[in-house]
Amino acid sequence: MIAMLRELKERLAAGASAEEMVSSLFDKIKRSDLNAYTILSEDLALEEAREFDLAPCSGLLAGIPIAIKSSISTRGIETNCSSRILSGYIPPYDAHVIERLKEEGAIIIGKTNMDEFAMGTSTETSFFGPTRNPWKTDRVPGGSSGGSAAAVAAGEAPCALGSDTGGSIRCPASFCGIVGLKPTYGLVSRYGLVSYANSLEQIGPLALNVEDAAMVLDVIAGRDLRDSTSLNSEGGYMAGLEGGVDGLVCGVPKEYFGDGVDPEVETLVWDAISKLEELGASWKEVSLPHTKYALAAYYIIAMSEASSNLARFDGLRYGLRLGADQDWHTTFSEIRAAGLGPEVKRRILLGTYALSAGYYGRYYLKALKVRTLIKEDFERALSAGGADVLVTPTMPFPAFKIGERIEDPLSLYMADVFTVPINLAGVPAISLSCGFARGLPVGLQIIGRHFDEKLVLRTAKAYEDATPYHETVPKEVV
Amino acid sequence: MITGEDVDHIGWLASIKVAEDEKEGFLALFNSVLDYFHQLDELDTEDVEPTYRVVDLTNVFREDVAVESLSQEESLRNAPRRENGYFKSPRIV
Repeated sequence: MIAMLRELKERLAAGASAEEMVSSLFDKIKRSDLNAYTILSEDLALEEAREFDLAPCSGLLAGIPIAIKSSISTRGIETNCSSRILSGYIPPYDAHVIERLKEEGAIIIGKTNMDEFAMGTSTETSFFGPTRNPWKTDRVPGGSSGGSAAAVAAGEAPCALGSDTGGSIRCPASFCGIVGLKPTYGLVSRYGLVSYANSLEQIGPLALNVEDAAMVLDVIAGRDLRDSTSLNSEGGYMAGLEGGVDGLVCGVPKEYFGDGVDPEVETLVWDAISKLEELGASWKEVSLPHTKYALAAYYIIAMSEASSNLARFDGLRYGLRLGADQDWHTTFSEIRAAGLGPEVKRRILLGTYALSAGYYGRYYLKALKVRTLIKEDFERALSAGGADVLVTPTMPFPAFKIGERIEDPLSLYMADVFTVPINLAGVPAISLSCGFARGLPVGLQIIGRHFDEKLVLRTAKAYEDATPYHETVPKEVV
Repeated sequence: MITGEDVDHIGWLASIKVAEDEKEGFLALFNSVLDYFHQLDELDTEDVEPTYRVVDLTNVFREDVAVESLSQEESLRNAPRRENGYFKSPRIV
């Protein structure tokens, strides 16, 4: 069932059964060995589909099945962040984005696999084992929203939600050949998202094409008083998709090409820039001079915030509790030692060190200052008279093999070089497929000004309309 | 350079018990990651303001009205140990 949301809605409107649609999805998921899902919500989803068939509702996503990353709270459906410490945790409330999806009639089919607490680039740090890439099953799907991306690419869900702290939506979208959007910081409420690094992360859609991503964004964007960093949305993302790129100026940051970038990836991204030129846009070289410092600044900030955010996991109110309790500190230290995986521990410990007495100025404060420089790089490149959007590769290379990098965390961190600067600057960015290198999808990243999602989406739509890549699906799922 | 003793201290601060056989791996990685972080020292940031929030926000206020919240039963449902309607914690004293 590889079809656009618009097509699925038309089929439902013409009398197709939502129950059959949902139950055929579950059949497919159960036959699959991708390990895209960790929790299925079959009974509830089928019941909701039957209700829809009896009395169709009229929401924007009425009767449409959707997969949700396990870091987003769903009332009554286990939300474990792919961690042992949260296994069995059933949230008593819905995240804001889930309330919105339900108001618009979407049907949640399950929770997708991810890097534990979203800490990773490959979905290999999951307590439940890695997810496989549907294009080549010995490859990673990217991360941390790897389950969501693999599910959508393989036709195991028509669309999904992920979260993006340093590339966690765009990286797996790139590796799985689909569309993934990280909205501007503040466009989507984080209420109910399990926090990893709260000053960096946003929830966003993963979809088969730009229109579907815009449709989901229309549903989830907007202010929610329970996230005081969320802001009003003008909406109308789907309505604003047409219009093309005539006269648009694309900035091409020179720091995003060359050393460390796979030559085939570079060629495909240049081909994409030529395509945009054919469609009426122009391009010019721009510079984001502090790019080489982004990874260090990002990891210091993310690890520091993680050490604080993950302090709540103590086995008291929810989560893992071991045998007999000892004294307070020993009990919690042992629960956390047993319940958290190696990468999560590494990040908490490094973040704790960076925030500890005597080191705050050297690491965390320094990183926040470098963040200012990186944010100013983007403001300059995207200022009036400069570029309207920036065009780059999403990832420096296509999907790597499962097991290839996991033993060398620093080399995995380096893979995020083109995605983390966007989170530091808080700007929106989309990844969409721009071709294949050695049979694996390659992602094109389009970056915009704060709250300029409409232009980012319009540029992506114009490119997509002129290229065939979004229609190509992995062989085994045709 | 971080030492084994530092790792014990950080583990204590973070409430994560670090097993002896994990320590060596952590140490090697921590020192190489911190080394990587030190490239930020190349930048003069003396006159640069830190960015705490990327989008300008002022204080956000709402009306002080009571709204429905989770019931005691719902709040306690995920607790591994509870007693008489409370979360049960390890002994503090």
